[in-house]
Amino acid sequence: MAYSSKVLDHYDNPRNVGSFAKDEPNVGTGVVGAPECGDVMKLQLKISDSGMIEDAKFKTFGCGSAIASSSYVTELVKGKHIDEAIAIKNTVIVKELNLPPVKIHCSVLAEDAIKAAINDWKKRKGAGVEPAKAQRA
Amino acid sequence: MLKTPIYMDNHATTRCDDRVVKAMLPYFTEKFGNAASRNHSFGWEAEEAVDKARNQIAGLINAKPKEIIFTSGATESDNLAIKGVIEFQKERGNHIITCVTEHKAVLDSCRALERQGKATVTYLRVDRYGMVDPDEVRNAITDKTVLITIMYANNEIGTIHPIREIGRIAKDKGVVFHCDAVQAVGKIPVDVEADGIDLLAMSGHKIYGPKGVGALYVRSKGPRVRITPIIDGGGHERGMRSGTLNVTGIVGMGAAFEIAGREMPEEARRLGELRNKLQAGIFERLDEVYVNGHPTQRLPGNLNVSFAYVEGESLLMGISDVAVSSGSACTSATLEPSYVIRALGINEELAHSSIRFGLGRFNTEEEVDYVTDRVSREVKRLREMSPLYEMAKEGVDLKSVNWKAMRE
Repeated sequence: MAYSSKVLDHYDNPRNVGSFAKDEPNVGTGVVGAPECGDVMKLQLKISDSGMIEDAKFKTFGCGSAIASSSYVTELVKGKHIDEAIAIKNTVIVKELNLPPVKIHCSVLAEDAIKAAINDWKKRKGAGVEPAKAQRA
Repeated sequence: MLKTPIYMDNHATTRCDDRVVKAMLPYFTEKFGNAASRNHSFGWEAEEAVDKARNQIAGLINAKPKEIIFTSGATESDNLAIKGVIEFQKERGNHIITCVTEHKAVLDSCRALERQGKATVTYLRVDRYGMVDPDEVRNAITDKTVLITIMYANNEIGTIHPIREIGRIAKDKGVVFHCDAVQAVGKIPVDVEADGIDLLAMSGHKIYGPKGVGALYVRSKGPRVRITPIIDGGGHERGMRSGTLNVTGIVGMGAAFEIAGREMPEEARRLGELRNKLQAGIFERLDEVYVNGHPTQRLPGNLNVSFAYVEGESLLMGISDVAVSSGSACTSATLEPSYVIRALGINEELAHSSIRFGLGRFNTEEEVDYVTDRVSREVKRLREMSPLYEMAKEGVDLKSVNWKAMRE
């Protein structure tokens, strides 16, 4: 199977590889997939209090298309509001990277990763606010 | 000067040896006769060439020339052996014993017979090195068993089965023993007499011969093995395989077998050394690499390894100037990782991380050094990108992670 030039580019020069420090505030982490399925994506989003995605990092275990999908997603979500990012559909990724039908699951996983990271941020923010209030009271 | 891309996938196919091509060439043009033409010199010349090839092939496996039946390739040979025995022996029984790591040509032939209600099949498991236990073969035999089909050496992990023991058991019990020896002939000694093999499938292109030609050895004596043909027609090949003989291909296959027989000891030694060098080099540079297959009972040119935390297809992509193959799901349409690697009982993640190196006649030490370096650097790069590697380094036991829960 030949890869599209965009997949190759993301694979050779992945954007935003890495991790934020675990205890960094305002970071939501989404880990999706499973090793036995051959794909695990970790997407981390640094999100401002107003819900703007300021930075993104990823790490992926998976085929070239999975790596490219997650790399592309980090570029795609940066500067977007979470309400906009959470609505991103996998078809956008398929189109941008020219993924063949057999690789569509990679784009689905990347879409799931965005949702998981944002939901994690929401959960952590909710949890973080509570004790702060309690302290003040 | 090193030339890329480097071909290191010699279990899939091999480059035709120049000596083979040279032997074949006249049979395209001036010696183009049909080996079945009995009444002119063109036919006689072709028949003579086919007979010579029959001798060359029989010589490599200690068979008699008339026991060699030419086919279109080993897939056809496996089909003919399995379906041919079951059809011929249908009055006697219908049970087949095979093993889970066989080639698809064997497994799918068995499944087709099951589907048609013509056979019941026992699929034996293998140990963690991919080897079948002869005692399990013996225990699986029933009074309905008419065929045992176990490969000589596995095409993915190179594990060599205890064929001689299985051959003895088959003979003891009076069961026909078919052996897919595609990866073994020409690489390690195969002797149908000493090994007790009744039917043996061979291929031309796996040992530096042309594609599109193969053979089936069919024992003629002690006992004579009878099979029903699956292709009907002019009654070629003693009625077992009709169809005009592929004279050019057969000449090439014969030449390839003769060369293999002559050069096998030296070539096996050299490939074993190159393989060991590749393995040692990779293990020296990387941690958490695991060999799939038997530590000693393995084809000399085979190295199948799993690079933990790195998915196989992504690694292939990173070493695009090196042709190897992966047991990763992503190289197949099914999204399932290799059934052979999974049969070893290793965890699924490692099955997705497996790479098969197949060294052959035309590989050099310089290429091995280059591939060692290339692979090691790419694995390191991909591990830096792998969340699993990061988690493992942080001390997270990946087996303890509830992956489904993390998704929600």
